[in-house]
Amino acid sequence: MKILKSLMVTAAVAVALMANAAHAENKKIALVVKALGIGFFEAANKGAQEAAKELGDVEVIYTGPTSTTAEGQIEVINSLIAQKVDAIAVSANDTDALVPALKKAMERGIKVISWDSGVAKEGRMMHLNPSSNALIGNMIIKLAADHLPEGGDVAVLSASATATNQNTWIAEMKKVQDNYKGINVVATVYGDDLADKSYRETQGLIQSHPNLKAIIAPTSVGIVAAAQAVTDAGKIGEINVTGLGLPSEMAGHVKSGASKSFAIWNPIDLGYSATMIAYDLINGAEAKPGAELKMGRMGSVKLDENNEGAMADPFVYDASNVEEFAKIF
Amino acid sequence: MADAQLSPRNIPDRLQGRGARLLKSWEALLVIVAMAIFLGNSLASPYFLDPWNLSDATFNFTEKAMIAFAMALVIISGEIDLSVASIIALASTAMGYAVQLGFDTPALVAVGLGVGLLCGAVNGLLITGLGLPSIVVTIGTMSLFRGLAFIVLGDQAFTGYPSSFSWFGQGYVWWVFSFEFTLFLLLAVIYGVLLHKTNFGRAVYAIGNNQTAALFSGVRVGRVKFILFLMTGLMAGLASVCLTSRLGSTRPSIALGWELEVVTMVVLGGVSILGGSGTIPGVVLAALIMGMVTFGFGLLNVPGIVMSIFIGLLLISVIALPILWQHARRHFAH
Repeated sequence: MKILKSLMVTAAVAVALMANAAHAENKKIALVVKALGIGFFEAANKGAQEAAKELGDVEVIYTGPTSTTAEGQIEVINSLIAQKVDAIAVSANDTDALVPALKKAMERGIKVISWDSGVAKEGRMMHLNPSSNALIGNMIIKLAADHLPEGGDVAVLSASATATNQNTWIAEMKKVQDNYKGINVVATVYGDDLADKSYRETQGLIQSHPNLKAIIAPTSVGIVAAAQAVTDAGKIGEINVTGLGLPSEMAGHVKSGASKSFAIWNPIDLGYSATMIAYDLINGAEAKPGAELKMGRMGSVKLDENNEGAMADPFVYDASNVEEFAKIF
Repeated sequence: MADAQLSPRNIPDRLQGRGARLLKSWEALLVIVAMAIFLGNSLASPYFLDPWNLSDATFNFTEKAMIAFAMALVIISGEIDLSVASIIALASTAMGYAVQLGFDTPALVAVGLGVGLLCGAVNGLLITGLGLPSIVVTIGTMSLFRGLAFIVLGDQAFTGYPSSFSWFGQGYVWWVFSFEFTLFLLLAVIYGVLLHKTNFGRAVYAIGNNQTAALFSGVRVGRVKFILFLMTGLMAGLASVCLTSRLGSTRPSIALGWELEVVTMVVLGGVSILGGSGTIPGVVLAALIMGMVTFGFGLLNVPGIVMSIFIGLLLISVIALPILWQHARRHFAH
């Protein structure tokens, strides 16, 4: 009986797994991701393991469905409830669909938080955003100013004119603009998050603003297209492209010098912080508006009226670290 | 010529002699597999043998199994319906829309079931009316139905279902028996009787074994098939009510990929993909097996991909075993 044999092997493996499982007194924190096998989340797990090591009495269960479905995540959450884990930290595939399952988890005394991709308010105790609009707005202009000690003209290449995220970040950027002396924002153009349109808009900027020193693109599509346009126009060294981008897509442009630095969240820090917060909640900290929760080496997070908090400034990537992170996401 | 009789197309549901033994050994095999998995899970995890945990675990398969019963009949008749998951999405979207219009729970259920029936009727009309192959039609409606849901919702979600609506996916009838699991048991009995004890059931087998012969024997092939597609649509509508109630929200990606899981369940249950043979008890066992495997591996935090591999191997083994057995018999007969 082939099947029986394979079943016995499975059972044996399972028993072995159980034997390996950590000691009973350990706090079990489950890091539930959108789907397994995604570099970004593998990196978050790395951070969670780091936190577990630091804390000592924590076992991190890194798990998630095979495809990014809410139904798959609910199956995972049900099995975690059955295992009586102490906390669940989830990056949700669906804001609303997970709520009934997570509510059940909270009823059984499990601490539930969401990170990265949030769950509706009633389905979690708190949500950890990787950053906040104000921090992002400040960071994108700081990135441009850092390489312009004497000031100069900068332009913004955004996504579409109606994109909520980008508009908020640009508005936040303009609030703090005066803190950066000599930095002059001369234009804002829209590439609609299309590679070719972003490329043409950048060409337009280069031609109409001969003194342009930097382009800020707070969109991962725009920043790559802008860097390419600057490279093709032979303006490397004259115009610095910066903003928000993915290390894997930007590594080449950082190497060529078209972009001196850019920013995006650091998934390792995110996984680390989520684990730390879950641990703080298990130990009796209360998630309520105004509360401050501990995040180990990342400091602490203050919750707003929706029980949401921002982890930190976006993480800056430059020639010194972009290669390493390009392998992750 | 004894060999020819053993090919799947020639095996009705209840046979005498060797065929019957073969069929019996198949379901016996599923029972053994189910018991082995149950035992393995109980040994491997201290959390498995808990009535409430097991009750939670039934949600992994009940909705899919409701559709699998109707799908089993469709496949036995020699057809297939790949649009079921998309019907769930469209029915759920329609219910979400009805909530915005201020409909209450009974009306919502009616909308869900009604949309399911309507989708089934579209499939049935195209297949029996125009004589198109069911695999082509339902691949088409698979995109069509989900496409409609995407047009209505885009990247938005419908929420705000009335609290009484949540009973279908989250309520309990008695002790640990959830509404969904009770419905699953009830439907198993209804479909078991329908397939194995009625003229309609005999007609389904007859069509699956030889459609032309069935037609000449006075079976109204078109009508039977139309009813089968109506039933699959209705079951998908029912599954949609349960799933939407359980999630408390609707997104167009709801139940993505479920059609293949339903077909897997049916085939694992011993229904011949070529049509003509299979039983409802087999499908029930397959549903229990798939549910227990998912839950048991979940308790051990085995990655989902390992679960998929295991289900795949199980499926191939269960299908290959009778064929290997047949070869072995032939070998020893000479």
